[in-house]
Amino acid sequence: MVWNAFAHRLGASPWNAIERLHHEMDRVFSGLNGAGTEEFPPVNVWTGPEGARLHALLPGLDAGNLDLAVSGDTLTLKGEREQAPEGEQAHHRREREAGRFARTVQLPFPVDGDAVKARFRDGVLEIELPRAASDKPRRITVHSS
Amino acid sequence: MTQQNPEALATREPAMPERTRERPVFSPRTDIFETEDHVVLVAEMPGVAEKAVEVTLENDVLTIRGNTEEPAFEGMRLAYAEYRTGDYQRSFVLGDKVAADRIEASMKNGILRLSLPEETPARRKIPVTTG
Repeated sequence: MVWNAFAHRLGASPWNAIERLHHEMDRVFSGLNGAGTEEFPPVNVWTGPEGARLHALLPGLDAGNLDLAVSGDTLTLKGEREQAPEGEQAHHRREREAGRFARTVQLPFPVDGDAVKARFRDGVLEIELPRAASDKPRRITVHSS
Repeated sequence: MTQQNPEALATREPAMPERTRERPVFSPRTDIFETEDHVVLVAEMPGVAEKAVEVTLENDVLTIRGNTEEPAFEGMRLAYAEYRTGDYQRSFVLGDKVAADRIEASMKNGILRLSLPEETPARRKIPVTTG
């Protein structure tokens, strides 16, 4: 749009075009929060020398039926997301997804399976994954002779 | 001849109110459906605790908000991220048929459920006073 004296007087402004673009982009990306992969559920992983933490976004998870397994450096998640039909009739909007899911995540190191802890809080599955003791870095003493 | 008004540009207010928090804001995935006498709204806001939810109704605009905190673990860094953490916000314009004073809201496991009873003027109770 050409910015000139006429446009200014008519009440239009170059900012409107940018705002419209913002709204369009908001609509296209609404509902997404940066999850760019195909896999479900999306996960974030924190790592440190002692172990890792994994969070998975799982609103609507049936936590009682979650199947969580750890083997070596692999974590497997299987479960189902509920979407209770509450005698619904007309759907005005349907954006949520439901159904079974299964995902395997490769961790950066082997995990102590006995010490894994998992908690489901506010729709996020939070898993503590301590590193396997045998895999922890060891200090090697250097002898000088 | 172009006329420029430097003052107008300098004092221009941002068109949309800015937030005081610097978190990204997402629009929660929402299902909306009708039952016999309610409109039900189900919004996914994972990571939002019950006390961090805010539902407001102003001039027929229903706004849902949820705040989250950035997780941080001592001695660890975020090594791999498939999603971003942030706050949630979304607004809906309600039709006349909703009884605003009887809206029910519940939040559990990151899912906000709003039950909006429909106003049925034909059956509105008329209070009867004595005297």
